[in-house]
Amino acid sequence: MVARTLPVIDRDNEAYWTWGREGKLAIYRCAACEYFVHPPVPFCPRCESRDVAPQAVSGRGRVVTFTVNHKAWVPDLAAPYVLALVAIAEQDDVRIPCNIVECDPETVDFNMDVEVVFEPVEDLWVPLFRPVTA
Amino acid sequence: MTRFAEKNTAITGVGMSDVSRGADKSALALTVDAALEAIADAGLTRADIDGIATWPGERADGSGFSPVGCAALQDALRLEVGWYGGGGEAPGQYGAVFNAIGAIAAGLCRNVLIFRTMYEATARKTAYANSLLREGQRQAGPFSWYAPYYTYAAALQQALFFNLYVHKSGIRPDQVGQIAVNQRRNAALNPKAIYKAPITIDDYLASPLIATPLRLYDCDVPIDGAAAIIVSRMDVARTLKNPPIRIGAIGSSMRYRNSWTQLAELDTQAQPKVAEMMWSRTDLKPADVDIAQLYDGFSFHTINWLENFGFCELHGAKYFIDGGHRIALDGDLPVNTGGGAMSGGRLHAYGAVHEACTQLWGRAGARQVQGDPQVCATSTSGGPLAGAMLLVRD
Repeated sequence: MVARTLPVIDRDNEAYWTWGREGKLAIYRCAACEYFVHPPVPFCPRCESRDVAPQAVSGRGRVVTFTVNHKAWVPDLAAPYVLALVAIAEQDDVRIPCNIVECDPETVDFNMDVEVVFEPVEDLWVPLFRPVTA
Repeated sequence: MTRFAEKNTAITGVGMSDVSRGADKSALALTVDAALEAIADAGLTRADIDGIATWPGERADGSGFSPVGCAALQDALRLEVGWYGGGGEAPGQYGAVFNAIGAIAAGLCRNVLIFRTMYEATARKTAYANSLLREGQRQAGPFSWYAPYYTYAAALQQALFFNLYVHKSGIRPDQVGQIAVNQRRNAALNPKAIYKAPITIDDYLASPLIATPLRLYDCDVPIDGAAAIIVSRMDVARTLKNPPIRIGAIGSSMRYRNSWTQLAELDTQAQPKVAEMMWSRTDLKPADVDIAQLYDGFSFHTINWLENFGFCELHGAKYFIDGGHRIALDGDLPVNTGGGAMSGGRLHAYGAVHEACTQLWGRAGARQVQGDPQVCATSTSGGPLAGAMLLVRD
């Protein structure tokens, strides 16, 4: 499979792309009102607190929407694969782009329960999701 | 309603270069062709142009997405302008027009040359397999959230939204396909269109899946080409050679999370609020619209705009486009009458404005909509980006 294209790491996205080393999915959360802020910025749009920092979430979520890609956009790209938006279990408006892995692409469906897994790539741990089996 | 600045502006001329799947001249040369044609069409000369604008501005990255900016065209034409503006942080491609309206209202200029150039056909034959990712280079900005997941093209992001729309609306593939079939039928009557051979619903259903539910025939066509329009102050417009095409109302909005992942309603995208704003700035209603040039980066966008402009109910497009009769040239609401970007080539909503004006001026030849159309709804973009214009012949 082709190498994943990685993000430039900055102060605000670092936890998201590195806490997978400890098996944790990091999402920014407001300490004052408990609202999850994503994409990460240390300001709460709900209560205006600046006390917003990364926190580990359960890693569970649901598939909001998905697509099965069939086109080989670049040489050696292994298709089909699933691109999805997953809403975290803790707060439905936090949506994470990801690939759904460890299953037949044709079995992915709307609202499917999924859980995070991480794939180490260079210095990062890329969050991916797989179906919850039990 | 007269308090809105766009009502003091009109489109007075349009131009388009040759459009091809590989040009024999440079992107700047194509841009000059489109610009000179638009200036002449308005009955102006280069000396009359005192403003220049484009979207998204020059991106000298080899992708062909926006190879020509204001500075290059201004120098090529040796224009002396009081105002210029380009940039991607705007409500879609029409952001350049909306900025020009503001500049005219501010007294900075009277005749603004607005253009959009694409050189993607050539770029894809050489350096670029797609316009979003570069191999081996880390991504910053909004697309960095998608980049690690093999998201090589806007088609994948739109397929995410389109799939949700199909799931919620129950639209069938043979209904979606009417957009592609209708536009190909119209393109056959447009000498500048790229693809003119007719297609049937069966051809649509047999076309390759790109990313479910998006098929090849749902996608616009990368081309080399340029389109230009002249937007003039209304008192100036009324002294020029064409009947002015008034910008009756504009819609531009950021009253939602402007994000490719966190939009509240992924299946309607930014469009409801843009349409709501446009209709709030005019006394005209959807029933007054004679023709529609609706953004068709993907057929899903056109379907979305039909619903969000209020031409049919939310999730009701499947009935509106079923069979293809109502959107045909002789239907209730002719849609994308020149073939749109899917058959005509990806001039990124400026092709749509060019076609709108061509129809409103009665110059569309074999594809001219009968009944003297006077009001055209036009739109740009998908995802969190969107803009709309209601164009009305004076």
